[in-house]
Amino acid sequence: MKKTKKVYVYQGFERFWHWNQALLIILLALTGFEIHSSYTLFGFETAVSIHNKAAWALIILIVFAIFWHFTTGEWKQYIPTTKNLQAQVEFYLFGIFRNAPHPTKKTLISKLNPLQRLVYLGLKILFIPVMVVSGLVYMFYRYPQGDSMEITNIESLELVAVIHTFGAFMLMAFVIVHLYLITTGQTLTSNLKAMITGWEELEDEEEDDPKNNETIKSEEA
Amino acid sequence: MRIKNFTSVILFFLAIITPLIIVSLAMRKPADNNHKLEYLRMQYSQTHQPGVDHSKMEILQQDFQNPHEITAACLSCHTERGHELLQSSHFKWEREEYIPGRGVVYIGKKNLLNNFCTGVQSNEGSCMKCHAGYGWSDKSFDFENEYNIDCIICHDHTGTYAKANGGAGYPVMGDDGPDFKAILGSVGLPKSDNCGTCHFMGGGGNNVKHGDLEIAMLTAGQDVDVHMGVDGLNMNCIACHTAENHQMKGKYYGTSSSNIDRLSCDECHGETPHKKSILNEHTIKVACQTCHIPVYAKVNSTKMYWDWSTATRKKDGKGFEVLDDEGNITYASIKGDFVWQKNVQPEYAWFNGTADHHLLTDRVDTAQAFLKINTLFGEYKDTESKIIPIKTHRGRQPYDTENLTLIQTKLWDKEKGKGALWVDLEWEQAIEEGMAYVDLPYSGKHDFIPTEMYLPINHMVSPAHEAVSCKECHTRENGRLASLTDFYMPGRDRNELLDFAGRMLLILSFAGIVVHAFIRIMASRKTKTV
Repeated sequence: MKKTKKVYVYQGFERFWHWNQALLIILLALTGFEIHSSYTLFGFETAVSIHNKAAWALIILIVFAIFWHFTTGEWKQYIPTTKNLQAQVEFYLFGIFRNAPHPTKKTLISKLNPLQRLVYLGLKILFIPVMVVSGLVYMFYRYPQGDSMEITNIESLELVAVIHTFGAFMLMAFVIVHLYLITTGQTLTSNLKAMITGWEELEDEEEDDPKNNETIKSEEA
Repeated sequence: MRIKNFTSVILFFLAIITPLIIVSLAMRKPADNNHKLEYLRMQYSQTHQPGVDHSKMEILQQDFQNPHEITAACLSCHTERGHELLQSSHFKWEREEYIPGRGVVYIGKKNLLNNFCTGVQSNEGSCMKCHAGYGWSDKSFDFENEYNIDCIICHDHTGTYAKANGGAGYPVMGDDGPDFKAILGSVGLPKSDNCGTCHFMGGGGNNVKHGDLEIAMLTAGQDVDVHMGVDGLNMNCIACHTAENHQMKGKYYGTSSSNIDRLSCDECHGETPHKKSILNEHTIKVACQTCHIPVYAKVNSTKMYWDWSTATRKKDGKGFEVLDDEGNITYASIKGDFVWQKNVQPEYAWFNGTADHHLLTDRVDTAQAFLKINTLFGEYKDTESKIIPIKTHRGRQPYDTENLTLIQTKLWDKEKGKGALWVDLEWEQAIEEGMAYVDLPYSGKHDFIPTEMYLPINHMVSPAHEAVSCKECHTRENGRLASLTDFYMPGRDRNELLDFAGRMLLILSFAGIVVHAFIRIMASRKTKTV
């Protein structure tokens, strides 16, 4: 077994953001699909009310997260790469069953494997913006010509609703797969523990830049 | 490390608590502080004090020989009111209207057909029991004579004044008549029973026509009509239907066509009366009545269907009637078959305040499934349109199969043998007499055509807690608005393909991880055993 070292991978805000976002998205999905008449849970009126409030909460959270990503430089984690992409796909399809090692080493400056980079980037620049924009248009839609705001002066809610529903299905598919992939870390629970506590046992390969960990650790402590 | 773990746990719980706060905020009840309603209640509780005691007026204490003299006595003080009345629709039964596609037309109860007793022409002697005038028995009636106005029908406070049956608007006079000294000594602003004399009884009986206007409203509680309920504010008709110079506010689109002088709830309640903004938002496209009148005909039944084609049947050579358990006439030889309903859920339509009417001179299109006696204009894309509740009254009316026009039938006459359907129970002569009266040709061949008439429902407003709930419209199947398909409504509409594809995506994702997890478990067992 390789030498491992406890590293503070996920900072406080990062975890706060992650869990809040997770719960808000699940709450939005639960209420959203109720509004879509897929089932009855809270009751229609309450569902609409929760959905609208949770939407604002998520938007505020996203604004803070964007600020955090740029001020910390963490946005670089999502720069897509093709390096190891195929190996990562092959790992999930075959290697994982043979107990093969993870093809991408998780380090503090590269927390995400190439598949994660691609998917999370897609979420950040495509799916979440589509949901936020279509959601806001949905929220501020005021019927044909009924409003002075030109962007909401559209003839029908249908296209907006269809886009919003499409995004909802995609996000739910992501959540299902994402929840499962939590278990594919070094151990079954290591990813979950890391996202809760911030600490994770990583392979000790940071010899070339040992300061990195030390500084952050000391700051947090 | 310990402190770090502690803060981590705190953060984790914060992340869970934040959405919970959102849920509890969303589910909390708003504080009950509707000052606007309180103000309206206060305003209305100040009752009108008349400035004149009419019993002290000598001119009203005469022994009147005919009702025109009474009107003259009224007008001797109220000198300008006669001229006002001559201009009012209660007297003229006609308005100048602009209808898109027709231009300016002069229409009203005077010359239109409805889906109940059809039209007044050739039947004035009977119909004018509800005219605010005296003596409109035929075309020769003088609409310019102020003394032809009946003041008392609207201003009687004794409840004893009544127009005679078949009297062309004249009351019973002389020894059989009421005590006119008492009536004239107590006249005042119209009360609900004054209005109800005609507006409750339209179509030939209580609640026949409107469904939301009936005699029970004079005595019922707020559960029937939150405004008129005797256990509430006990408002009368003119509290809302205000009048300026005898021009009443409020429109009945069985005869009206233009979006003017309409009465709307927001005159008192404002355009955004709800505490919840999402409900106020609905008012852009949904009329108040749509949610606040969940059912009409709450006490007595209303006529929903009137089939003229079965009229004139006889038993032992005589006309007869069939009654149902509640005493409603379900068949009458003079009128045909009826269907009555109670606690009716309205139908719904887009409406922008303008309407068209089938005129006697309009052609009947037999290719259509039914003929629209009136047409309410409106659609989703029209900014003026709102969804309103309507009573759709269906029926079958006679039409000329050669000339393709609807028929004005002569229904009533004082005497037998004059061709009146209700007297002689014969169609052919009744049609000939009626059509001759309106100067329209009749080919001699008639049949019956399905008809529909649309009556907006505005009364019998329920208490707020009984308002239509979200799910009654925002539901996949059989919602209240299922028939209004020209817009996308959340909870009702969806893209079937997208929903199918989305569902498959979720199922496949879940199936994928189950299979993956299964193989992982099997593989790990293998490595362990080996």
